[in-house]
Amino acid sequence: MQFSENWLRTFVNPAITSAELSHALTMAGLEVEEMTPVAPAFSNIVIGEIIEVVKHPDADRLQVCKVNIGKEILQIVCGASNARVGLKAPCALVGAELPGISIKAAKVRGVESFGMMCSAKELGLAAEASGLLELPNDAPAGQDIRDYLDLNDHALTLKLTPNRADCLSILGIARDVAAITGAPINLPAFDVVKIESTKTQAVSVHAKEACPAYYGRVIESVNAQAKAPDWMVRSLERSGIRSISAIVDISNYVLLEFGQPMHAFDLAQLNGEVNVRFASKNEQIKLLNDTQVKLASDDLVIADNSGAIAFAGVMGGEPTSVTDATSAIFLESAFFTPDAIAGKARRLGLSTDSSYRFERGVDFGNTKLALERATALILNICGGQAGEITEIVNQLPERASVKLRYSRLCSVLGISIPKQTVGTLLTQLDFEFTENDDIFVVKSPTYRFDIAREEDLIEEIARLHGYDKISAIKPTASLNMLDAPEALLNNAWLHNTLQAQGYQEIITYSFVDESWERDLLGNANPIKLKNPIASQMSVMRSGLWGGLLDTLTYNLNRKQERAMLFEVGSSYHQTQQGFSEQARVAGLFYGAFQPEQWGVAAKEVDFYDVKATVDSLTHGEAEYRAEAHNALHPGQSARVYLNGNAIGWLGKLHPKWQQHYSLAKNTFLFELEASPLLQKSIAHYAEVPKTLATRRDLAVIVDADLPVQTIFDAIEKANIPLVTQVQLFDIYQGKGIPENKKSLALSVLMQDTHKTLVDIEAEAAMAKLLQLLENQFAASLRS
Amino acid sequence: MANLEHLISESLSDFNACADMPALENAKAKYLGKTGALTEALKGLGKLSNEERPAAGAAINVVKQAVEAALNARREAILNAEQAKQLAAESLDVTLPARAQSTGGLHPVTLTLQRIEQLFHSIGFDVATGPEIETDFYNFTALNIPENHPARAMHDTFYVDENNVLRTHTSPVQIHYMENKEPPLKIIAPGRVYRVDSDATHSPMFHQVEGLWVDENISFANLKGVVQDFLQKFFERDDLTVRFRPSFFPFTEPSAEMDMSWNGGWLEIGGCGMVHPEVFKHVNIDSEKYRGFAFGLGVERLAMLRYGVNDLRHFFNNDLRFLSQFK
Repeated sequence: MQFSENWLRTFVNPAITSAELSHALTMAGLEVEEMTPVAPAFSNIVIGEIIEVVKHPDADRLQVCKVNIGKEILQIVCGASNARVGLKAPCALVGAELPGISIKAAKVRGVESFGMMCSAKELGLAAEASGLLELPNDAPAGQDIRDYLDLNDHALTLKLTPNRADCLSILGIARDVAAITGAPINLPAFDVVKIESTKTQAVSVHAKEACPAYYGRVIESVNAQAKAPDWMVRSLERSGIRSISAIVDISNYVLLEFGQPMHAFDLAQLNGEVNVRFASKNEQIKLLNDTQVKLASDDLVIADNSGAIAFAGVMGGEPTSVTDATSAIFLESAFFTPDAIAGKARRLGLSTDSSYRFERGVDFGNTKLALERATALILNICGGQAGEITEIVNQLPERASVKLRYSRLCSVLGISIPKQTVGTLLTQLDFEFTENDDIFVVKSPTYRFDIAREEDLIEEIARLHGYDKISAIKPTASLNMLDAPEALLNNAWLHNTLQAQGYQEIITYSFVDESWERDLLGNANPIKLKNPIASQMSVMRSGLWGGLLDTLTYNLNRKQERAMLFEVGSSYHQTQQGFSEQARVAGLFYGAFQPEQWGVAAKEVDFYDVKATVDSLTHGEAEYRAEAHNALHPGQSARVYLNGNAIGWLGKLHPKWQQHYSLAKNTFLFELEASPLLQKSIAHYAEVPKTLATRRDLAVIVDADLPVQTIFDAIEKANIPLVTQVQLFDIYQGKGIPENKKSLALSVLMQDTHKTLVDIEAEAAMAKLLQLLENQFAASLRS
Repeated sequence: MANLEHLISESLSDFNACADMPALENAKAKYLGKTGALTEALKGLGKLSNEERPAAGAAINVVKQAVEAALNARREAILNAEQAKQLAAESLDVTLPARAQSTGGLHPVTLTLQRIEQLFHSIGFDVATGPEIETDFYNFTALNIPENHPARAMHDTFYVDENNVLRTHTSPVQIHYMENKEPPLKIIAPGRVYRVDSDATHSPMFHQVEGLWVDENISFANLKGVVQDFLQKFFERDDLTVRFRPSFFPFTEPSAEMDMSWNGGWLEIGGCGMVHPEVFKHVNIDSEKYRGFAFGLGVERLAMLRYGVNDLRHFFNNDLRFLSQFK
């Protein structure tokens, strides 16, 4: 809601500055978003009348003017092409300060000049101007231009919340200012016009609930081509509304004054009785904005015998609109209920001043007054004769009696407001009330649509009393320790584990390019947004690698040479029931294993470096199975299992994707479900052996393609007595080993809980181990 | 018996002439070895009479002790010298850089969230989460924003289908939580939220933290108290104050915008209010018995103020030159 401060001050004029007014509005919940002076600061500019124009003797484009500024006549050299005898225009006197210009007495090409005639641009009133600002002929020479054009004014923009529909008018804002400051309200004075026409328009209201009040009148012989007076145009412009024609301007003016949307029909275009009803099946209307609209059965319309002529409360129809040729109008002022209008304009992708107000609530107490006000202005500006008002009023909304318990008010707010103050504040708000036994029973005025329950009143009291007067009080509560399950880690553990290993966290958008889903992750059916902000953010991600790769290329383009990235975030999936989300952690490792540094041979990151990270995230419990993934190198891709459940992937980016992303070096990726990682087992003490373990080493030759994990699994399963740990400490292929074979060097720890092992026992255990490997894996002892 | 005194000075000069341990052992043999001068002298004692023997023995011992002392002194000197040499050989340039993996870092939004969680945890708030693809019911209706309510237009909503949206705020988590728990309740709900808005000061995805405290005697003044306490601790500044401005959210009443005093002015940092009775009704909490406050804080806003970041867009560009500033 934008409006002119001076216009507001004609309704209520508290003795406070513009800045104080703005602050008071903001602190009462009517947030002033912007306050701009309508003109920049300047002084010493008066109305000047050019009474003589002579060509400059030495300059083709200049003229020497004699300018009457009331008490004296000045000689001023002027270059404007519209400078002519009789023109009245702003005249900056010697000593005047304009934006960027100081006016001094000067010689212009040898001719003395005592001031400057000004354009709108020079005064900072317009961005562009051609020639001097032409003022009306009756502008009084010598008067200060700031006074004449009412330039000591501000345009204020309120960021109104949807509950305060009552403040979508100057009158409404004035009421709140009056309530805050105690200054009196002055309603605009006007005389109700005399009825001079016998013409009336028949009206019937079928949709009685949706349109509880309808007023309309005919005005004959209006001059539809009349121009709105300057003061009205100025008030409208400072309130963000462009002048169009007198009739439109007047209805906008009254809209801003009282918050009452009105509509004028060209009487000659009406066909029979005007009817307020819901649209019939397949009914259409051509709106003022030149669009043909198909109406729905819950759309309220104004219709005549030919069909819908206006989309009630939203926009008028084109065929019945007022044009320059119009001579008689039918002027409508009605109350449509918020329920009847809500959502209607939005469905058409529209928001009009009218729909915006009706869907929030228009004061049904002023519907008729607004019509009278508009009529008076029309007759005054466009001439004409007004007919009787046709008036159809059904059941208007009842304002409920709302109970306010004084004790509840104080306890909800946590402060004590004297009871008497509560009464005073209710009175300032023009709320009717009775008070009995600490209970106020309150009835709100017709313009308040937001007072239906006790909390609404508590908020009103708090707002007017001042939120500033509410202290910051720390609550008192009983002290209970929070649960702290030791086996449950939190996300911070994921973050800290990865950070400690050198990974940098990133946060990328949850919506991604559809091709990432389809091609990189093989998800043919991602969750699509109906209204994405851009095509590359149109589907919800089912995995996090797209964002990691995108971030990688972004940074490689900025001269980074290696990257260790991770993200913790959700993936989104279609399910039978709808949608599911899964918290995930994903990482990317690109380039050198370590930053370039002295004394360390350069090494590119490999699978096992990243596997170590996955091991640490899975508490060393994960199982890795060679399985294929769309995005990964088929020979360097592992599905990660934890407790038998597949929880993610680890592998090298497929060379085709490496090429696609123009990545010079190898890229490794992992992605894991977060929640299984956050489960850890609580330590349980086992007795520390009193004797020392015995170590023996064993080198065996097996098939080159035998997964080593299968050997460990078999050893664990065999549970050979005394053998407590078997570890791989070397792996060798090459000279001395047959082709397609590899040599594994194993260290074996053996332990008896009661005594130190003797050689013969250790050797027996080793023999069993070897036998197991020979039998199950055709292993041979490396000699 | 010959005078042995000369052996002391001779051995001393022999020992001192030794540069290392093997040489010293050789030199030792000349005096103390099996055929060494002193060993021979001791053997000769047997030939002396009983009267002569004690005095002669004592004289030999005096010399022997002096020779042994000289030997030990030299031995220690040689060891010290050898160790000093080794230490000198092993000395490093301690100013050379350490060898290490790169240093990781956390995103400033995460740092901010962790800090928020830690502070609220310290007064007993649990962390709750909820889905980001929300039903219309949880995102709007249960929060007292019925269909066609003008407040829906305040949320520029991403739609997934007719009934599902990307949540426009973290407030729906309140509903999920209250549906399943009995008061008293104290939670914060951090997470990603989405609005159809993208320019220098708006990101289509950003982070909010919702706070909720429901108990029998919770007041609007308490809300101010908790938020002010939080901001003072978050920014580590005792002089920060919170200003409430009347505002409107369908799910709270009274509602307020929260401003924080900052460098002589006021900065908007979120919205808040007392939980609306309609919201309590949706989750079957008796609004006569219980009251509650709720607030929503913009995480990026807090991170920008905390770390002096001047452009929202940095948070999601993920430029490592930006991110690496946060550890």
